[in-house]
Amino acid sequence: MKRIEYGKIGETVYSETLENGLCCIVVPKKGFSKSYAFFAVNYGGCDRRFALDGYWIDTPAGVAHFLEHKMFDTEGGNALALLSSNGASPNAFTSSGITAYHFECTENFEDNLNVLLSFVSVPYFTKESVDKEQGIIAQEIKMGEDSPSRVVYQNLMKALYANNPIKDSIAGTVESIAEITPETLYHCHKVFYHPVNMVLCATGDLNPEKVCEIARAVLPESPGEIAQRDYGAEESMLPVKSIIEAQMSVSAPLFMLGSKLEPIADGDRHYFRMLMGELACMLLMGPSSPLYARLYSEGLINNRFYSGLSDFPGGVFATAGGESKNPEKVKDEIINEAERISRFGVDISLFNSLKKASIGGFLRSLDSMDNSCYALAEGHFRGYSPFNGLELLESISVEDIQAFIESAFKSERMALSIVKSKT
Amino acid sequence: MKNAVRKTIMPNVELTCVTTDKFKTGYFSVNLLNQLSAKDASKNALIPSVLRRGCAKYPDMESLAAALNELYGTTIEPVVRTKGEIQCSGFITTFADDKYLPGENDLLERVIGLTGEILLAPVTRGGLLQADYVNSEKENLCDQIRSSLNDKRTYSLVRLKEIMCAEEAFGVDRLGTVAATEKITPIMLTKHYKKILENSEIQMFYCGTADFSRVETAVLHAFSILPRGEADAGIGTQIRLDCGEVKYHTESLDVTQGKLALGFRLGETMYTPDYAAITVFNAIFGGSVTSKLFLNVREKLSLCYFASSSIEKHKGVMLVSSGIEFDKYQEALDEILAQLSAIRSGDITGQELEGAKKYVITTLKASMDSAMALDSFYLGQAVEGLDFGLEEFAAFVERISIEDAVAVAKSVCLDTVYFLKGNQEEAMK
Repeated sequence: MKRIEYGKIGETVYSETLENGLCCIVVPKKGFSKSYAFFAVNYGGCDRRFALDGYWIDTPAGVAHFLEHKMFDTEGGNALALLSSNGASPNAFTSSGITAYHFECTENFEDNLNVLLSFVSVPYFTKESVDKEQGIIAQEIKMGEDSPSRVVYQNLMKALYANNPIKDSIAGTVESIAEITPETLYHCHKVFYHPVNMVLCATGDLNPEKVCEIARAVLPESPGEIAQRDYGAEESMLPVKSIIEAQMSVSAPLFMLGSKLEPIADGDRHYFRMLMGELACMLLMGPSSPLYARLYSEGLINNRFYSGLSDFPGGVFATAGGESKNPEKVKDEIINEAERISRFGVDISLFNSLKKASIGGFLRSLDSMDNSCYALAEGHFRGYSPFNGLELLESISVEDIQAFIESAFKSERMALSIVKSKT
Repeated sequence: MKNAVRKTIMPNVELTCVTTDKFKTGYFSVNLLNQLSAKDASKNALIPSVLRRGCAKYPDMESLAAALNELYGTTIEPVVRTKGEIQCSGFITTFADDKYLPGENDLLERVIGLTGEILLAPVTRGGLLQADYVNSEKENLCDQIRSSLNDKRTYSLVRLKEIMCAEEAFGVDRLGTVAATEKITPIMLTKHYKKILENSEIQMFYCGTADFSRVETAVLHAFSILPRGEADAGIGTQIRLDCGEVKYHTESLDVTQGKLALGFRLGETMYTPDYAAITVFNAIFGGSVTSKLFLNVREKLSLCYFASSSIEKHKGVMLVSSGIEFDKYQEALDEILAQLSAIRSGDITGQELEGAKKYVITTLKASMDSAMALDSFYLGQAVEGLDFGLEEFAAFVERISIEDAVAVAKSVCLDTVYFLKGNQEEAMK
């Protein structure tokens, strides 16, 4: 196995690409009682249109998520129950770009890993179980419709993007999931769930060789192909509309502001831009910025205010959100502050101290097993290693930040989503 | 306690230390313990947020944030928790371990030092906590209390507790109420701050690479000006062993999914509580994915999108939370109660018992890998005056039998049923 030592962060990463194309990444952690495995497919809510044998195929919104729910069914019963009765806590999620199945446990890691790899690679769907799941997912969708934070996000995506599937909810709608049949699921499983399109990450007090051995024994021998996908016509840098509003039972208006950025091809450059963009957001409007202090003391934001960068297949945007009596004013203040920094330059001492803070934050993020594995999987699919983050952070210059702030927070690129309270 | 050391380091101040080199993050919490009450809950909740706005040395958010950046992005965040009817308010501090920072060897001391300054040396004007900080944090607290409405699952549980324990301190939310918050003045808050600083029992917790004596030295230095007066006598949780007639309560809001929440009391089993048996019973009933509520009510009958139970062990209360279609109210309620009856009559398979025990033990062991979970566990132990650690508790769970779980189920009684449904116009659609 390939062994890379990241001395600065005190981690060693073992990785190997098996004969069938599956990449296995193991980060041993001595002394931990918990082990964690994360098995991910490069297939998410945005992967709705893809090429198969030269034909383009369109699938309804919500298939990746539906598939994730149904994968736990096995011919012999239910993998969720099997893993649970074996002492593991299993779960799964579907994001815009990936579907991941994971568990943590304190014993029987190898047995549990065996179960995880088997149920994800062997589909078993019946008409009856798919019909029943439609009811369960419809409930989940309805619960999402009652959640103001989901509505404020989904509306922002609708306002920002004209073509990319990110504009639709990952879970789909009650109508779109009604179109899903066992055949749809078998078909999409066949297209995406190949070893070459997947990654296995594991961490805990583990033997890396053993993890690979189990993967070799359980998974299919043929690597399969990586399907070509289409995320819709190229997006302009302008939003579909600049403001979108909804009314719900909320205590205070919720808002989320988004600013469209040019996507960057996968690889280290992409990861660098994400880290750099995060740092730029901290400098512009994070808790130690003059803007934050002013908005906070004027009662325009509270401690639930957040900002940062967010990416998905085919796009990336800068965002800020929270609760505010006057979201329009917060938006204007952010634009003005970005203009001020563009004109007068970045505060160097703030930049230096934020860099220090980012380094501390980065180190600490490695303590979370789920964070580490998620980052490793995403890094694998997008061509970078997240454990290089410390070096990349150190290499960020004031000029990088200055240039980012100058271009990223322009009013014409932005959309504002607001959920107001029903009176 | 095998893996933790707990000692009294100042009058009425205990420090619990878990020394481990598993983490790159150091964790420190300081908690002032007070009796939960409608009168004081909002004041206790407000104090850490006001103090966090600035201390004498760093009098505003910007300078304080800059100091935290210099400490490698240390976070010092206000925290308000309840353990039964004890309200614990203070700060949680997390910071990078200096082991991974070349040239740094006293980050722990500086970080605990700053935590101490924020708690003990606030920025004041004329001897009072600054009015503008008090007023803006009052508004934030009101917003936060109101925001429980945003998540309907949480909201239904908050309402259930309020209705079920209307006559008990347990019915008071950890943040108090908007009405009580609005009445607070800077003078009142300053007086209350001084009082609790002097009289409250204080629990501190540390988890990281440092050993007990290094942490103790750092704390004694940072908290040397902590005033210590007469301790508050007799704070604790009142446990009610019986249920009266079942209370039913229905409310309407603009929602598309209904929430059915049930409040139970654990009954006479709380007279000499066997926490291991209680925890296993809960895992069998609704606390795990192998539970009866999950497998039967959710999976087999598809009555709910989610259905689960949780125990507040200090108060001896069990809450069931479920998301249902509006017209499934009676069916779901009957089925949840039928599952409890099944346990009472001994209908538990060996597989169910083993699944539940494994689930509990895994959760306990996984807690050992999380500083925050360890903090919460040891704070709970300190409040109850219990001295067993997580590993010892896992060993107790191992010994629980079907009969032990049935005995808990027999003692449980239903107190309150709360139903959150949609508005009528919504229901017409």
